[in-house]
Amino acid sequence: MSRLLPLIGFMLLVGLFGFGIWWNTQHDQNEVPSPLINKPAPAFVLPRLDDPTQTVSKASLLGKPYLLNVFASWCFACGEEHPTLMAEGSQLGVMLLGYDYKDAPDDAKNWLREHGNPYRMVVADRPGRTAIDFGVYGAPESFLIDAKGVIRYKHIGPITPEVITKELKPAVAALRKESP
Amino acid sequence: MMLFGTRDALALPPLTRASRARALLGFLLVAMLAFASVAHSQAIQPLPFKNHAEKVRFQHLTRQLRCLVCQNETIADSNADLARDLRLDVFQQMQQGRSDKQIKQYLVARYSDFVLYDPPLQADTLLLWFGPLLILLAGAAVVIMAIRRRSRDAGTTVQAPAGQAPTDSEDDW
Repeated sequence: MSRLLPLIGFMLLVGLFGFGIWWNTQHDQNEVPSPLINKPAPAFVLPRLDDPTQTVSKASLLGKPYLLNVFASWCFACGEEHPTLMAEGSQLGVMLLGYDYKDAPDDAKNWLREHGNPYRMVVADRPGRTAIDFGVYGAPESFLIDAKGVIRYKHIGPITPEVITKELKPAVAALRKESP
Repeated sequence: MMLFGTRDALALPPLTRASRARALLGFLLVAMLAFASVAHSQAIQPLPFKNHAEKVRFQHLTRQLRCLVCQNETIADSNADLARDLRLDVFQQMQQGRSDKQIKQYLVARYSDFVLYDPPLQADTLLLWFGPLLILLAGAAVVIMAIRRRSRDAGTTVQAPAGQAPTDSEDDW
C-alpha cells in the first residue's frame, strides 16, 4: 500500500491540474464579476450621440427594461458582436440602448453607418466618467437593467447567439415574469 | 570549465567578436534611450499636486489598486486608458478631501475587491489567507510522522537476523 502512495499522490495531482485546465476553458480568467448585480444602476445623464443637445438620464428610462450595450468604434470585439446584435437585437424583448464609450462622435457615427445601427438610442460617454460608475473596464460589456432601474445581469465580452439563448433570454424572461 | 571551453571554441575570432559586441552594445543603447524617452513622455501626468506629501499619498494609493484592463499592473504603472481615468478619479477624490479608505470603498463598490491588490481579510477570503499555513502544517505533520516511523523502524531493523538475504527495499525507487 505504501508503495502505491506516490502513484496515488501523482494521480491526484494529475486530476487537480486536469480540472484546472478544464476550468480555464470554461471560464474567462480576466472576467471580473460585477458587484453591481441586483443593485440600482448608477444615476447618469449622458448626451445622445446623434444630437448632443439632448440628454438621456437613468430617470428618463425608468418604467421599461433595457439592455445597455457598451461599444466603441475602436473596439475590435465590438465588431465581432455587432452582427449578432443586428440579427437578434430586435427580438430580445427589451430596448437596446447603445453606450458609446470613450469614442470620438464622428468615428462612432461612421462606424454605425458602416455596420448598421441595432440600437433604439445611443448615448455617448466620451470622457468615460459614467462608465467608471458602472464598473466598465472594457468594451463590449452589456447590462440588463429592469423597469425599476436595477442592474439584473451583466455580460462581459461580445454577445454571441449562444449567450443570447443561454443567458440573456432567460434573464429577460425572468423580468417578464415579475412585471408582465 | 568545460562549458566555457566549448563556448570559446564555437565563438567567432576575437577581433570580429569584439567589434560585433561594440555594435550590439551601441544598438542596445540607442534602442534603450529611444524606448526610455517614449515611456517617459507617456508617463508624464500633468496632475497638479499641492505638495510633496500629497504626491506621495497619491502614489502610495494608486500602487495598491489594480488596473482591470491589464490585470497584473497597478493603476500607477499601467498605461491603459482606464488606468489613466482611474488615476484622475483618485486624484479628484483626494482634492475633495476623501480618505484613502473612502476612495478604496468607492472603487470596490464598482469593480469588486479584485481592484485591491491586497485582498481584504473577511469570511470568504479566510482560506486564501490561511490556506498556505494549513498546507504547511499538514506537510509538517506528514514529515514528523515519517521521521518518527523511520526512527522506530531503524530501532527494529538493527536487530534483524544477519543471515537473511537483503530483499528489494523500498528505498530502491
